[in-house]
Amino acid sequence: MLKFKNRDTLLSIALVTPSIVAVAIFIYGFIAWSVRVSLSQWKGLLPDYTWVGLKNYIELFRDARFQVDIRNTIIFTVVFVGGSLLLGLLMAILLDQNLPGETFFRNLFLFPMAISFIVTGVVWRWLMNPATGSRISGLNQLFDSLGLDFLINRWHTTPFWGIAAIALAAIWQMSGYTMAMYLGGLRSISDELREAARVDGASEWQIYQHIILPLLSPITLSAMIILGHISLKVFDLIVAIAGKQLPLDVPAIYMWQVTFDGYFFGKGAAISVLLLVVVSLLVIPYIRYNLKNEADV
Amino acid sequence: MSLKKLTWSVVSLLALLAVVLAACAPATPAATEAPAATEAPMATEAPAATEVPAATEVPATPMKVEVFSWWTGGGEAAGLDAMIKVFQAQYPNIEFVNAAVAGGAGTNARAVLATRLQAGDPPDSWQGHAGQELIGTYVQANQLQPLNDLYAAEGWLDVMPKTLIPLISQDGNIYSVPVNIHRANVMWYNPKVLADNGIEVPTTMDEWFAAMDKLQAAGITPLAMGEQWTAMHLFETVMLGTLGAEKYNGLWDGSVAWDSAEAKQGIENYKKVLTYVNSDAASLTWQDAAQLVTNGDAAFNVMGDWAEGYFRELGKTPNTDYGWAPVPGTVGVFQFLSDSFVLPVGAPDAEGATAWLKVAGSKAGQEAFNPVKGSICARTDCDPALFGVYLQSAMADWSSNVVVGSLTHGVVANDSWKTDINTALGLFLADQNVDTFDAALVTACKTSGPCK
Amino acid sequence: MSALRFRFQWRYLLLLPLLFMTVFYLVPMYVMLVTGFKAFDEVSLKTMWALPRGIAFDNYIEAYQKLAPSLWNSINMVVPAAILSSFLGSINGFVLARWKFRGADIIFPLILFGMFIPYQSILIPLVEFMRRINMYGGLPGLVLAHVIYGIPITTLTFRNYYATVPKEIIEAARIDGADLIKTYLHILLPLSLPSFVVVLIWQFTSAWNDFLFAVVLTNPDSWPITVALNNMAGSQIIAWNVQMAGSLLAALPTLLVYFFLGRYFLRGLMAGALKG
Repeated sequence: MLKFKNRDTLLSIALVTPSIVAVAIFIYGFIAWSVRVSLSQWKGLLPDYTWVGLKNYIELFRDARFQVDIRNTIIFTVVFVGGSLLLGLLMAILLDQNLPGETFFRNLFLFPMAISFIVTGVVWRWLMNPATGSRISGLNQLFDSLGLDFLINRWHTTPFWGIAAIALAAIWQMSGYTMAMYLGGLRSISDELREAARVDGASEWQIYQHIILPLLSPITLSAMIILGHISLKVFDLIVAIAGKQLPLDVPAIYMWQVTFDGYFFGKGAAISVLLLVVVSLLVIPYIRYNLKNEADV
Repeated sequence: MSLKKLTWSVVSLLALLAVVLAACAPATPAATEAPAATEAPMATEAPAATEVPAATEVPATPMKVEVFSWWTGGGEAAGLDAMIKVFQAQYPNIEFVNAAVAGGAGTNARAVLATRLQAGDPPDSWQGHAGQELIGTYVQANQLQPLNDLYAAEGWLDVMPKTLIPLISQDGNIYSVPVNIHRANVMWYNPKVLADNGIEVPTTMDEWFAAMDKLQAAGITPLAMGEQWTAMHLFETVMLGTLGAEKYNGLWDGSVAWDSAEAKQGIENYKKVLTYVNSDAASLTWQDAAQLVTNGDAAFNVMGDWAEGYFRELGKTPNTDYGWAPVPGTVGVFQFLSDSFVLPVGAPDAEGATAWLKVAGSKAGQEAFNPVKGSICARTDCDPALFGVYLQSAMADWSSNVVVGSLTHGVVANDSWKTDINTALGLFLADQNVDTFDAALVTACKTSGPCK
Repeated sequence: MSALRFRFQWRYLLLLPLLFMTVFYLVPMYVMLVTGFKAFDEVSLKTMWALPRGIAFDNYIEAYQKLAPSLWNSINMVVPAAILSSFLGSINGFVLARWKFRGADIIFPLILFGMFIPYQSILIPLVEFMRRINMYGGLPGLVLAHVIYGIPITTLTFRNYYATVPKEIIEAARIDGADLIKTYLHILLPLSLPSFVVVLIWQFTSAWNDFLFAVVLTNPDSWPITVALNNMAGSQIIAWNVQMAGSLLAALPTLLVYFFLGRYFLRGLMAGALKG
């Protein structure tokens, strides 16, 4: 029996080993390379690993463009994640009401996930054209013809907040995912629970507030993490809508330009390591929290 | 069949499918092993009666040449195709592999190129802007072979303009073969809009400001501009217009300081020019902006002469629907950029690459490429009759004007320097602060340019 | 009686926001469709909302001709990548959830973390490595990249899914004498179909829509459709009518997958797959 168990334990290790090796090289090995380069002064095509300590990082924190990046990332993340969660929740609640045509709506709201961020960006670029007056087009033109003039705005060319418009396109793409998660969560809350509350005299609104939403919080948390990390790495969508222009710059775009257009490999690596650090701050506590919860169960 | 058995069969079927498809996928081209064989001379087993095609030396083993560029659409791709045809007629035994990757100004292609060069796997040749874009990056990293012998053998030194050669050389070594010339300092205008408002085509900065004031008062957008890179394009022409050719060159060789009075004046002029620009510039491509002029929605647009090809594609007539003039202040100066091809060190197919370069620099190749692309030949002996009205005037200017290089299109500044300028410019467009912009430009020159 | 009537009206009112959302979701698709049917001179920002003059499929034919070779490349790349990474995820998930060895609880978060790295930052070492193992330039290298970078999320999904399988079932099988392989094949695999569907669809979509790895790791003869689509745009003058038609064509396979398998995907998502 013991031999049997040992053989299987060895086998289980062996089965996971290819993945461990792959991850060790392709993820941790490459991250280590990035860190090494970020601590060097490599500029130009010839590798130059001369150690300069934290110089690249210090310069970044003083960099005006990086300040813009940080601002844009915060705004984008808050609007995208918050908007997707809210919209997804609303749609899930609506679809949970057993209305006619539910299947149609469910599939419709999910399908934007099938297309790439680039294609989404190209179409939304047209929709969000900020021209007014005689050259009005896109959504502005639609609003104008429907008499909804107050909705006409400069979209992604709005100073400071423009990135929120791009977050709108991202919400369009990904809120089907949150909707599906929430719908599943809603469906798993037993009707008896709701009935019992109703019998006790609670209004629908109170039921949502005190029973349903708290029960959905694990879903909210995990969706926040998944969407959050997509948001921190966003590149394709912004470039497809706005090209590479400074007011809508984000770390991923800055990293690309600095590395592949300017050949500042050290600086580019520093940006990507910083990005990774921020993602880790978000993700590691969550993973630990999840694992701890499972251990308790 | 039980659910378990069904699942198991589905799963094993999928696994089989995966293996089959993986096996059917095209095999990795043996990029690393093959080249040694192709460069070896013809085998001795060749039959006595070998048919020798009319082309040049024909090796027995198939050769290929992989050429990187970003010419994937429109007139560019058509021009490239025309040149490829000339190549295939002259070298029928060399397979041409068109590795063009799209992306504005080659941003994707250059990223791919950078990763390949890092991995020591260069293509046989690639397209690059002649000047510091190539020299500051690739020559600096010892990635390019000098082409002086090729130039001598093909007699190119006699047909390429003398002012061009120093700009594409370093320490006396020539590093690329220019195929075409584009002009950057062109101002396109709508003749009808100008006529309706009683405006003469301006030739100096002051005349230009006066004209644009008039247009603005009449409620017409004076100057059409597009996204950030077109703002840089506008910047370089305004700097040229303010400083003149000699001092402009001084900015790039370190003899004129970026915080000198003249440079500051240039920035101030640029700031003033920006006040005449359409408010939605950031959301427009260069085509959208150029189209504003032909549509009558704007009076002027500063853009390189590839705009002309676009106007003709839209079906517009030169001198009726659109007119052209040098950017005010730059009359008599030709601010150029050039697409060129290089010979990398360690090219897998050096013979194929050289054959391609020969075609690229030849009269036949350039005469096939340029009229379609909408540019003029780098050679001075191309037949003007092949070109349209605008290009003929450009050819005349090219041989008579003072020649300076473009910033945005890689002649005067290397990529690192240009990236820093681009960041500084982006920040300036947002906050309009002349002092921080100027300080950033000074720093950029010190970090990546010749300034001390 | 009146309570019933009240219920009816109230619920139907909820269709209104749903219809509004429908418009929100369909508007971009409308623009894409309509532009794909226009001639070049009809296409401009001003005429975005206008219906095309006629329904001619010229743009689609032209787009198809330009994209067809890469279409096959994409299929050849995506199917093996999705299937292989799903299987790896399933095996990893099983071991890390239900047949743990010492250290399994450290290995899992280490693997999971790989999901979060920005891919631009590892392009250079990736290309260098692929070249060293002779996998650069063709589809096998791209498949390998997608499989490896898909391991974290597939492992996550399966591990979470298998964690909901009651321990008792596994214990019962062990007591009956089943070893690791038998337990996997006879107990867990048959249960895994919903999870497989979710993971396959997710991996299929992500590999199909990827541009970054595709453009950097392949040569012209093995370009997937994302690169071909980008190239169709050209760098200078973009023919938007053909480009939109091409975008729709490029999105068609994934759209079809979602159309036919969408309900299983939804079921899986709703059952908690892809939960963090």
